[in-house]
Amino acid sequence: MALQSLDIERRSATTVPPPGVRTPAQVAKLIDISKCIGCKACQAACLEWNDLRDEVGVCHGTYDNPTDLSAKSWTVMRFHEAQTADGRLEWHIRKDGCMHCADPGCLKACPSPGAIVQYANGIVDFHSEHCIGCGYCLMGCPFHIPRLSQEDHRAYKCTLCSDRVAVGLEPACVKSCPTGCIGFGSKEDMVHVAAGRVAELKERGFAHAGLYDPQGVGGTHVMYVLPHADQPELYSGLPKDPTISPWVQLWKGIAKPIGLAAIGLAALGGFLFYVKSGPEEVHEESEAGPGGPASPGGAQPPAGGR
Amino acid sequence: MTTRNDQIERYTGSQRAAHWVSAISFILLALSGLALFHPAMAWLANLLGGGQWNRILHPFIGVLWFLVFARFALPLMGSNVITGGDLKWLAQVRRVLAHDASGIPPVGRYNGGQKVLYWVLLLGMLVLLASGVVIWEPYFADRFPVDLRRIAVLAHAVTAWGLILSIIVHVTASVWTAGSLTAMVRGKVSRAWAKHHHPGWYREVG
Repeated sequence: MALQSLDIERRSATTVPPPGVRTPAQVAKLIDISKCIGCKACQAACLEWNDLRDEVGVCHGTYDNPTDLSAKSWTVMRFHEAQTADGRLEWHIRKDGCMHCADPGCLKACPSPGAIVQYANGIVDFHSEHCIGCGYCLMGCPFHIPRLSQEDHRAYKCTLCSDRVAVGLEPACVKSCPTGCIGFGSKEDMVHVAAGRVAELKERGFAHAGLYDPQGVGGTHVMYVLPHADQPELYSGLPKDPTISPWVQLWKGIAKPIGLAAIGLAALGGFLFYVKSGPEEVHEESEAGPGGPASPGGAQPPAGGR
Repeated sequence: MTTRNDQIERYTGSQRAAHWVSAISFILLALSGLALFHPAMAWLANLLGGGQWNRILHPFIGVLWFLVFARFALPLMGSNVITGGDLKWLAQVRRVLAHDASGIPPVGRYNGGQKVLYWVLLLGMLVLLASGVVIWEPYFADRFPVDLRRIAVLAHAVTAWGLILSIIVHVTASVWTAGSLTAMVRGKVSRAWAKHHHPGWYREVG
């Protein structure tokens, strides 16, 4: 969804600055895991607002349904039970979905101009009409979020309701949350709110409570308050220190200019060599002999070419 | 291959056809691959009908290239074993390029440079095929772990880069060596050409 009212900070596979005369506030969604009751209102609101109808799955004996993100399920609740050291049950429920990285690996990997954009307010959005279905964003993402549709061969993920945010509304999941677990506002405000909540959790005995805003990807525009911020993996495998894979960095970093320059220089070099050196020609009369090979000691310039 | 003034057959009709099908495939692969590799080349995607078509066709052309090139190249493996003489040729390639090759061991069906190209292409093609399957959406990619796909896509890009450079050298050498292009288009070379460039081969077939 190209939204003129949202300025663009970065645009995939584009080497010139995108339009960006305005400097809007950075937005963020704050998910306070300690307040989540696992009702899935956010999942339902996401389907409803975005007009998505995923396939009705089957019960796997857990509350996870659907069990994974898909091209039509842009957010899912992940349930995980854990036993604490003193034998109590802890139920970790995490709303999974796009983290809207400040340094988005999907955008870095995308080869199609304008298929992925980062708005100036921080939202990372897929413009699916430009998507070519190559799956590079799946390789770029450190959180394993984008999914390719097998129907239209385009990648999809949470838009942070960029269409709602553009007109001053909060994302649909935020609006539907009955416990106030999901907050939305400027990133600055959300960091402030999180700090207050973390202090409360620490008072209640969660010594390692903290904000999940991983700096390895430049911070994120979806953040979590985690009761156990020292072990984010507890929450259904939230990565402890996510970064864009070094393979992707190499591929989409230094390899691009070096590769292109070397190819250009080689082509130019080959042409100039020919122009300067001239062709290697064989003169019929000088080589004509009685059907035998040239004498081994003679001048035989062997050269390339098949 | 009978009388003195006759030309010598260097490539049969089916070899020539296979060479040019694989050459055209390679050019299409290089251009569509560059479109996926660098934003400055993204406009090349239009060659195959736009981004989606570029993504769809590239791997199929790749498989065609693999099959045709393998059919063409594998029977030539015997002529491409690198010998001590080839190493000497390679060590003195500067003199060859300066039109002065006195004292360089006589060349057989292929010279040292051609043999290196042969092996670079053959091995590079295998890397491209294997890494290409790993990242092939929508058929195979989701069967492989994401870290393997990341390594594969980098290996694919670097190998393709190497092959494009090799083909630039190949094209330059074949244009520079007057008569080579005719050999691959019409299939025949003159006796003088054969004796001059490939005396060892000339001794066998001439």
